[in-house]
Amino acid sequence: MTRLLPGGVALAILALLVGGALGALLWTAPAIDLGALWADAYLRHVISFTIWQASLSAALSIGFAIPVARALARRQAFPGREAILRLFGLPLVIPTIVAVFGIVAIYGQVGLLNRLTAALGLPTQQYLYGLPGILIAHVFFNLPLAVRLMLPVWQAIPGELWRLSAQLGMRSGQIFRLIEWPLLRQVLPGVAGLVFMLCFTSFAVVLTLGGGPASTTVEVAIYQALRFEFDLGRAVLLALVQLLLCGALIALGQSLARPVTLAPTPQRPHDRPDLAPLGGRIADAIAIAAGTTLVLLPILAVLYAGVTGPIGVVLGDPRLWDAALRSLGVALAAGVLSLAFGWAMLLTSRELRLRRYRPRAADAIEVSGSAVLVVTPLVLGTGFFVLLSPIADVFALALVLVVIVNAIMGLPYVIRVLGPPVMRVAEQHDRLCASLGISGWNRFRLVEWPAVRRSAGLALALCAALATGDLGAIALFGTQDTTTLPLLMYQRMASYQMEQAAVTALVLVGLCLLLFVIIERGVGGRGRA
Amino acid sequence: MRHTLALTVGLLCAGLAAPAWGQTPTLTVYTYSSFTAEWGPGPAIEKAFEAECDCQLDYVSLEDGVTLLSRLQLEGVNTKADVVLGLDMNLMAEATATDLFAPHEAGLSHLTLPVEWTDDLFIPFDYGYFAFVYDKTRLAEPPESLDELVNGDAEEKILIQDPRTSTPGLGLLLWMKKVYGDEADAAWRKLQPRILTVSKGWSESYGLFMEGEAPMVLSYTTSPAYHQIAEEDDRFAAASFTEGHYLQIEVAGRVATSDNAELAQKFLDFVVSPGFQSTIPTGNWMYPVIALEDGLPPAFDTLVKPEEALLFTPEEVAANRKRWIDEWLAAMSQ
Amino acid sequence: MAELDIENLTFRYEDMVMSFTLRVESGEMLAIIGPSGAGKSTLLSLIAGFDRPESGRVRIDGRDVTGLSPAARPVTTLFQDHNLFAHLDAAANVGLGIHPGLRLTAADRERVYHALKQVGLDGLERRLPGQLSGGERQRVALARSLVRNRPILLLDEPFAALGPALRREMLDLVDEMRKARGLTVLLVSHHPEDARYAAARTAFVHAGKILAVDETSRLLAGESAPELRAYLGELESGEAP
Repeated sequence: MTRLLPGGVALAILALLVGGALGALLWTAPAIDLGALWADAYLRHVISFTIWQASLSAALSIGFAIPVARALARRQAFPGREAILRLFGLPLVIPTIVAVFGIVAIYGQVGLLNRLTAALGLPTQQYLYGLPGILIAHVFFNLPLAVRLMLPVWQAIPGELWRLSAQLGMRSGQIFRLIEWPLLRQVLPGVAGLVFMLCFTSFAVVLTLGGGPASTTVEVAIYQALRFEFDLGRAVLLALVQLLLCGALIALGQSLARPVTLAPTPQRPHDRPDLAPLGGRIADAIAIAAGTTLVLLPILAVLYAGVTGPIGVVLGDPRLWDAALRSLGVALAAGVLSLAFGWAMLLTSRELRLRRYRPRAADAIEVSGSAVLVVTPLVLGTGFFVLLSPIADVFALALVLVVIVNAIMGLPYVIRVLGPPVMRVAEQHDRLCASLGISGWNRFRLVEWPAVRRSAGLALALCAALATGDLGAIALFGTQDTTTLPLLMYQRMASYQMEQAAVTALVLVGLCLLLFVIIERGVGGRGRA
Repeated sequence: MRHTLALTVGLLCAGLAAPAWGQTPTLTVYTYSSFTAEWGPGPAIEKAFEAECDCQLDYVSLEDGVTLLSRLQLEGVNTKADVVLGLDMNLMAEATATDLFAPHEAGLSHLTLPVEWTDDLFIPFDYGYFAFVYDKTRLAEPPESLDELVNGDAEEKILIQDPRTSTPGLGLLLWMKKVYGDEADAAWRKLQPRILTVSKGWSESYGLFMEGEAPMVLSYTTSPAYHQIAEEDDRFAAASFTEGHYLQIEVAGRVATSDNAELAQKFLDFVVSPGFQSTIPTGNWMYPVIALEDGLPPAFDTLVKPEEALLFTPEEVAANRKRWIDEWLAAMSQ
Repeated sequence: MAELDIENLTFRYEDMVMSFTLRVESGEMLAIIGPSGAGKSTLLSLIAGFDRPESGRVRIDGRDVTGLSPAARPVTTLFQDHNLFAHLDAAANVGLGIHPGLRLTAADRERVYHALKQVGLDGLERRLPGQLSGGERQRVALARSLVRNRPILLLDEPFAALGPALRREMLDLVDEMRKARGLTVLLVSHHPEDARYAAARTAFVHAGKILAVDETSRLLAGESAPELRAYLGELESGEAP
């Protein structure tokens, strides 16, 4: 029973938090008009468009991420590989509004591409605002995430399989079909589900680049209900619709995943046999270059805008450093909390899956940990507010609440990243640990931690980066004394100070990069391994 | 040992409770964050008011006017706010409906608003006109009326905001309604191909405008003043429309449940005094509601001065907003 | 039938320099014993082409194969683990030996079926590796080596995890295959009795060198080198076979 405890407790807390938030909103709502919700033709259009754009965005992101991830897995040692992996952590942190400006600077009416075509004497194109814009932005955000989530698959392939494929004379395509794809298929539903959810709840991107109200998401309707109409009931219902839709789709995806167990045997690294052919080299170079360019260009635009801005003025402002420090604190606290929660849930899910043969129960835990993402910070935050304001000083708790909301939002990442190694440890070492009587703290210290620390580092870095860029929760609770970096940037933007905002964004990106490097090195132990 | 513990606890409690015993009362003002930002009017106002009130002024800064209202609706009578500053006229009806506000007693005879002010709960603290701001280097002949904009060249793109999520967005919706009445639907359909994109908030579309994505953006007549004064850049101007411009008035009110009613009233009086109003032009980039002794900065003389201020009453807006937005959605989703 | 000729094959792994010279007659089964870390597996890797030597030659039937890719060499290797793709069934795992992309004709499928039958696995074609016992998994791998039809078979302790009776059974199976097809077999093992049971000749590898090659019974008498005596003695006193 005690082995079910960690996840049980985590799940109970999660249910209490999310259920409490939603319940409080429903309780406050005067009346709930379900009929009107279903009869709303515009809403039906919104839901179908949301599903359509999210599916398309996820398919494109994943479809493109596979060759990029494969190329990065095949080419282990080219200069700049580490830098590319770091770069791929950045889109997560950049507040959407900044990323949108970066994307516009490249693909917009007077963006880099149109300026290039104009310089070549070709007519410029207007293609960004509409579905293409939404897709470009979503691929920018999610391709790098998908690549980072998929890469560990290749690390799990035992050396013997590479030797075997060499001996059998497998060519690149055959290796993909027979070795890589079956393993990828295990993680793809999870990764695709996460990306789908992120695109499903995407808000500012869809509104700004979508070109008009024909391209909106359910999230916009939630925002409208909560902010402009103060229709709490409708907001909660929409959030629940979102939760159910995404939950069902994720569960479906999960059921498509066929678990295959491969225990890598530690040994000398063996090169895979398909590294030499020129065609493969060129294909990999193209995939890596294309993926990197796609992510790098908008980020460079963001950096450029920052570097050419009034750096001195912005950096000389003590409030910037205050805000940076606060962002850092929020990021680390939310990251650690998220990691602890996600880990606890995974331990219980593992217990259920491997030792009690209850894979459905295990799936349910993992899905609920992931689907919570679509409850969205705005709804959660508002719910907490309604729940707590009668009994506590919400402003004094502002940062705590921001940390909690962000910790919940980070859970899906932790579950995705940490899930596979946590399962693998048990498959490999359970019996040994049982026979040697290694359990509790010793097991954690000697067995679990060394096996998962790299993944834990990545999970923590992702969650922290995500929380650093948070704007949804902090804007809801923010008081003058709790300004974070994204909020400061947003304030500048709202006061015509676009250039100062760009410098602030630069600091934000820099901070995130630093966090990423330090956490991944420090926790993940890269370089010491 | 036990004594030491009791003493420590006692001291700790005393330490924590001390601020409550302090002599200076605290006035809590809910407002939006660009108002309290270091470069906004907030800090100077805080200083000036504290100098004369013998109190402490605390801001709670929320994202924007809409957030202010929903925060009040959420908190209800438990709100910590003594004063709310930053709602606009279109939110006034809903704000009144919360029953949270107490009548103001400020003398408003000296106001120089373009319309007569009669509300007894809220007082205006600044105003501005919505306008399409354009880049003079890219647009030699801006439209001279809303109708010219609607019927003009669809290749000259404009950036606007969504009325569901943004105050200026709602302003344009009302503007169109005021000018076209029942024909607003058809006008939106005509305008639609000219719209490059509809953003969530003002910052997004103004940012896109600054990046040069479109030569025109929905903003305020006062926007060019910012560029002239703060950036010494006179590339930008607002297009003057013959039909008149829709007026936005930002208001403040005091909360009925406040323990500091007297202080709150004092603050409202301060709001319509020179000490507050002089920070508005170059702090909030809006018009002050009284005549300033030193006048407005010279750059304001170059701004468009609408011949007619268009305005619906708050009640009209509250009664029709949902229907008008649905109409707009239908017209724009074609 | 193929004879194997290894000439001054040198390989460096970290600070250990290995150098092998060895001749294996066509159709013979040669056992290779030696302490762990001595280079037994590396020797097989060099022959199979997984590792590239710094210098020296591998010749098979007089043909220099040193520069060939693993797939191009007339060699099949069986590892201790991971000989099979966990997500493919037994038949597909064998079929990979015929076509590495699994494009099989009806005749190919027939061959797969026969190979599995030959190793005693008829009826288990559709089983996934996870549903097979350790011995059965290695039989699948042996069946694949049958359809690959390469004259040299390298066994890198594939039966180490099996019990003595089962190990003998597997060695018998290999020996049958050797006789029927004239295979040349190299068997790495740390069980001297495996060598005694199945191999006419045995080589002793120590610290990256082949210290002795001799008839199995003579070599296991332990007189050719002090290191060999130490290895055998250590084995007798320590690990029970």
